Amino acid sequence: MSTSAIPRTAPREGGARTGAPVLEIRNLSVDYGYGSDPTHVLRQASLTLHRGEVLGLAGESGCGKSTLAYGATRLLPPPGLVTGGQVWFTDRDGTRSDILALDDAALRASRWRDMAIVFQGAMNSLNPVFRIGRQIADGILAHSPGMSRADATERAAAMLEMVGISPDRRRDFPHQLSGGMRQRVMIAMALSLDPQVLIMDEPTTALDVVMQRQIVEQIAELRERLGFAVIFITHDVSLLIEIADRIAIMYAGEVVEEAAAQDVYRRPRHPYTDALLHSFPPLRGPRRELGGIPGSPPDLARLPTGCPFRARCAFAFDACAHVVPELAETGVPGDAPFRRVACLRHDTRSVVEAGFDPQPLPEELARR
Amino acid sequence: MPAPSSVDPPALRVVGLQKHFPVRGLRSKKVVHAVDDVDLELHAGSVVALVGESGSGKSTVARLLARLMPATGGTIELHGRDVTGGGRRAFRRYVGRVQMIFQDPFGSLNPVHTVRYILTRSLRIHRGRLRGEALEEALAELLERVHLAPVERYVDKYPHELSGGQRQRVAIARALAADPEVLLADEPISMLDVSIRLGILNLLRDLRDRMGIAILYITHDIASARYFADRTMVMYAGRVVEVGDSESVTQDPRHPYTQLLVGSAPDPDDMSTRARGAHGEAPSLVSPPPGCRFNTRCPFATDLCREEVPELLDVGDGRAAACWGYSDRSDRPRLGSVLEAYGSRTSSPGEGAAS
Repeated sequence: MSTSAIPRTAPREGGARTGAPVLEIRNLSVDYGYGSDPTHVLRQASLTLHRGEVLGLAGESGCGKSTLAYGATRLLPPPGLVTGGQVWFTDRDGTRSDILALDDAALRASRWRDMAIVFQGAMNSLNPVFRIGRQIADGILAHSPGMSRADATERAAAMLEMVGISPDRRRDFPHQLSGGMRQRVMIAMALSLDPQVLIMDEPTTALDVVMQRQIVEQIAELRERLGFAVIFITHDVSLLIEIADRIAIMYAGEVVEEAAAQDVYRRPRHPYTDALLHSFPPLRGPRRELGGIPGSPPDLARLPTGCPFRARCAFAFDACAHVVPELAETGVPGDAPFRRVACLRHDTRSVVEAGFDPQPLPEELARR
Repeated sequence: MPAPSSVDPPALRVVGLQKHFPVRGLRSKKVVHAVDDVDLELHAGSVVALVGESGSGKSTVARLLARLMPATGGTIELHGRDVTGGGRRAFRRYVGRVQMIFQDPFGSLNPVHTVRYILTRSLRIHRGRLRGEALEEALAELLERVHLAPVERYVDKYPHELSGGQRQRVAIARALAADPEVLLADEPISMLDVSIRLGILNLLRDLRDRMGIAILYITHDIASARYFADRTMVMYAGRVVEVGDSESVTQDPRHPYTQLLVGSAPDPDDMSTRARGAHGEAPSLVSPPPGCRFNTRCPFATDLCREEVPELLDVGDGRAAACWGYSDRSDRPRLGSVLEAYGSRTSSPGEGAAS
């Protein structure tokens, strides 16, 4: 990964797997709506975040990427309901706890200290009637019993300085700051208790590219210094390829591919990943005709049988309508051992077991 | 003015367009300088992209061209005839020829009406007394033109029953009902799912080629401007800073801001040419800095840039950049590569060890 734009925490040995797992999401399922006919927006999603790495979560709107993050942190507002799975958090001293099983007091103690979130539209999540320094200090005080307000205020000023805002602006109100600065304040707030996991939900979507670049650099630099792990959620795959160590691609409530960032870009294994990469016009290189992906994402309330992507897939065959593909190893020999893809073209065994003829792997999905 | 991309007279021409919004407040004489001195030509069958960050005034230009609000200064000419002023009738005639597509297809279609009503209403307004068979035929033709076929499947749907891409297609069909010569597309794809954006761009391109419509494509995504537009104009803080054919503007940007913009866009193929260490933000438009509005962030700015406003200067190949570095004045700034200038300051100063 020598082409990487951003300095990494430590040299990555043997691919993107370094550090012990800090967050393990196992078979997380989320329904929206109660009663007899809920919508299954997240079905058996599993992800592992290692200490100090940046995990990118990409997909179109409505594919469940934000739901995954909020479900795993128990922040889902009703009518969202976690219906199954575990979320194992490993503390610095090695103790493991299931976030979904914590009682309220333990959860409150864990939040912001273990895991912090920068919310989507963070620029609008500041309270307009309080000064920004006070808002950060309030967050620190709420999670640090026994700390004096003076200490918290001092810490808030230090945090602002860390994200590149002059500490004498701590008495500003949010409306006095530009969008990019408000976003930095949110990042300062999230980092103020030195969390081990930072979840960023579309942190740069509302910003223009120059500001996006500044924020992304800032995050990379802070991560290098503080060593937290990041889950970065966005629909912009090209940004992820640049900043993430590993990328998980989601479609219609499922993780369909998980691989090292450069592998996703150069050697996509899932037809959706491949098509998604061809949906962004390139800024450099030859100009080529691009088609996007035909059709539109499925209605999660009326999911088709089998693979949810099959109606838009160029490589779908008869088994795709009957067998739900599972996240498993790729069918390409020599792929990194932890690569996962959910596609029947790669999973000959399931196709044969269901009584269909397996189809060969097309060249596009087996690039080296 | 740089040489136009075609020899035909422009369908729509704007000279010295200016828009100042008054700042609210008692006895406040301040104004927001949203758009200043914008010249623009739209030719039949060609796409001009207007690129800029949020707040650069690009949407204001579209709204001024659609005459959704009056301009503070400048002239708008449709086929050589000045259209500023004129009564309601003249305005009606104008909007029949210049139509706009909005960013948000969820907000721009009335949720209580069906596709049939939305489109027939536009047809009736702009094409006069269409009735019965003729109306049905025109309706079917519109839907087919935006690739919503078979027609029966969509014509009686309400907007909420359609996906984002289909809604945007209905919005485009509504604009086409007027049989316009100019289409103003204000960020037509930014609210859509990434996988269907190209479908909409390809549709607009198809309309350009088959119907010879002139399109103004407003976007913040310079890569899509390269893909879709024939010419690209880059705006910064209410002024045009660079004009040229899309390929050269994106591949060989001349103005320092364009270089910063191109260098900031993520590009997985070439991560070495990233603009690193860029700083600063767009200036306040209430009291814009004197001289070049980019001078507060430009690594090459000199006293000249802080005092005098640069005109769009010819930089060859029908391109122009509003930067003193391309003038022949003796006190002009010496331009270098923005990426290198920023890249040299890798560690930002003023870091307090906070952890």
